[in-house]
Amino acid sequence: MAINFDDVKNIWVYAEQRHGKLMNVALELIGEGYRLSREMPEGTKVCGVLIGAEEDVKPLEAELFAYGADEVYVLADPLLKQYTTDGYAKVLTDAIEEIKPEIVIFGATHIGRDLAPRVAARLDTGLTADCTRLDIDMNHYINFLETKTTCNTKGLTPEDPKKDLLKQTRPAFGGNLMATIVTPRTRPTMSTVRPGVMKKREKDTSLKGEAINVKVNLTAADIHTQVVDVVKAAKEIVSLTDADIICSGGRGLGGPEGFNLIKEFADKVGGVVGSSRAAVDAGWIDHSHQVGQTGTTVKPKIYFACGISGAIQHLAGMQTSDCIVAINKDPDAPIFEVADYGIVGDLYKVIPQIIAEWDNAEDLLAERSK
Amino acid sequence: MNIIVCIKQVPNTAQVQLDPQTNTLIRQGLPSIINPDDKAALTEALRQKEEKGAHVTVLCMGPRQASLALTEAIALGADEGVLLCDSAFAGSDTLATAYLLSLAIRRIGGYDLILCGRQAIDGDTAQVGPELAQRLDIPQISYVEAFTLQAHTVLARQKWEDGYEMLQAEMPCLLTVMQNQKQGRLPNLPNLLKAFQTREIQIWDKSHLRGLEIRRIGLEGSPTRVVRVFTPVQKGKCLRIEGDPKEAAASLVNYLKKMLTN
Repeated sequence: MAINFDDVKNIWVYAEQRHGKLMNVALELIGEGYRLSREMPEGTKVCGVLIGAEEDVKPLEAELFAYGADEVYVLADPLLKQYTTDGYAKVLTDAIEEIKPEIVIFGATHIGRDLAPRVAARLDTGLTADCTRLDIDMNHYINFLETKTTCNTKGLTPEDPKKDLLKQTRPAFGGNLMATIVTPRTRPTMSTVRPGVMKKREKDTSLKGEAINVKVNLTAADIHTQVVDVVKAAKEIVSLTDADIICSGGRGLGGPEGFNLIKEFADKVGGVVGSSRAAVDAGWIDHSHQVGQTGTTVKPKIYFACGISGAIQHLAGMQTSDCIVAINKDPDAPIFEVADYGIVGDLYKVIPQIIAEWDNAEDLLAERSK
Repeated sequence: MNIIVCIKQVPNTAQVQLDPQTNTLIRQGLPSIINPDDKAALTEALRQKEEKGAHVTVLCMGPRQASLALTEAIALGADEGVLLCDSAFAGSDTLATAYLLSLAIRRIGGYDLILCGRQAIDGDTAQVGPELAQRLDIPQISYVEAFTLQAHTVLARQKWEDGYEMLQAEMPCLLTVMQNQKQGRLPNLPNLLKAFQTREIQIWDKSHLRGLEIRRIGLEGSPTRVVRVFTPVQKGKCLRIEGDPKEAAASLVNYLKKMLTN
């Protein structure tokens, strides 16, 4: 069902929750939506959209306001207690058709990537997957192209015909290229955005509001899949996206036992263990540690790349880290092209020395714990 | 049991290199393969065929040379293949592609199960499967690691970031399947011969798709539009720390300390 251009207004963020706990990416997207809404016509709001059972979603309203949501919509029903594609897609589509947001963004989690395409197809509108950058303001976008890319911006002006469209930038072709995509002739514009890329706003509990309850029209007959069992992984969850420091190992480790040293290194510096795809493909470490286009996108304060050559698909997942340290035997390894600091040498000799030196840097540890 | 597997022929992006002079992709000589997640979906379909008996149809959209992907699928054991090929289809985004696939699947008809790969390595969108399920108005289960077929239902293991869920859906339904390590498969001789003598690959153009609305396909009919493609610039300001490992480590920690306290 096509939505008329003239009626649309505001940015919606799907505020994904699981078992009554908001996903971090929901708050990141509220922050990004806030920023974008202030570049749009005056009065444009960023709105958080909660879907679930009432007892799970009600307590989350205040958190969304505190992180910058101008409005919060609540779609609550006992049938929404567990995530189902059919149930969530139906109530969200109904709400979009009724209230008509201009933009709808989702975290690119498994749920976000399951739900968003189903909703986009119901609405007959465009969806762009796994965005790592969103722009409305043309000057910001041109500045990004000029400073961060090889794109020729000749002829591109703030008065470009695309100036009011959401410019959605994402890695493509296995992370080898970046592409900017727009949705010119249907509404809403829909995107999924990678977790860990956008910035949360500072929490401000003085920001409060009254959530808007949206009437939900859902019956059990609308839901065609049944959750038979839910199993949490027994293994430790690797929280790469939240880590301040990541120590990653790659093929240069030479074997699975190399991750013992990486683990020791990570424990010492208070970081978590990451890896390249090569190390995962070789079976040295679980996929949940993988950083890169087909793994997790990360943006820590410090990223240590140890024995990682720097395949483009890996760089796509870590090159926006605040500081990148490369340790590699090969002086020509591409990883040095994106690194801030590089040590050319045998990682088995260098890392133990960094571990030893780290103890001499109490100030650093104190600073980190602030 | 009739299973339709949707596959895409993709360039092997793991082997892509950049031209260091122009900073553009070297596309020449890049081998074309069946997208890995799609191959996993095909392998699962063929496993069902062996265990319980099933007719497996493989559906692909792409240029003429993409029929090679169908030949490979038949060599691996699929029964027949359909290639959607028409210049009017070129430039279709995920929604337009899902629409075209849905029309082809309606023409094939009589299906119990549709299998797609979770995502393709050239686009990484993971959108075509769910959009296709919506177009066909059937349930979907995405991120499937494994599944079993019962009389009228599918029981599938859906991977989550922190574990998995077992989901059950009535057939017909659509699953998007993820690659796993146990899915290697080799063609056998009878299948290989069949693949190269086969008349079981049909090529369908727009005239074969009943009710096709041209305004919904191709570049013009796609709701999304790629406006710019570029490569990120490398930072190129790496400070190389010299010296023996001990000295280098000491300088590095010193730099990091300064950076974090600033």
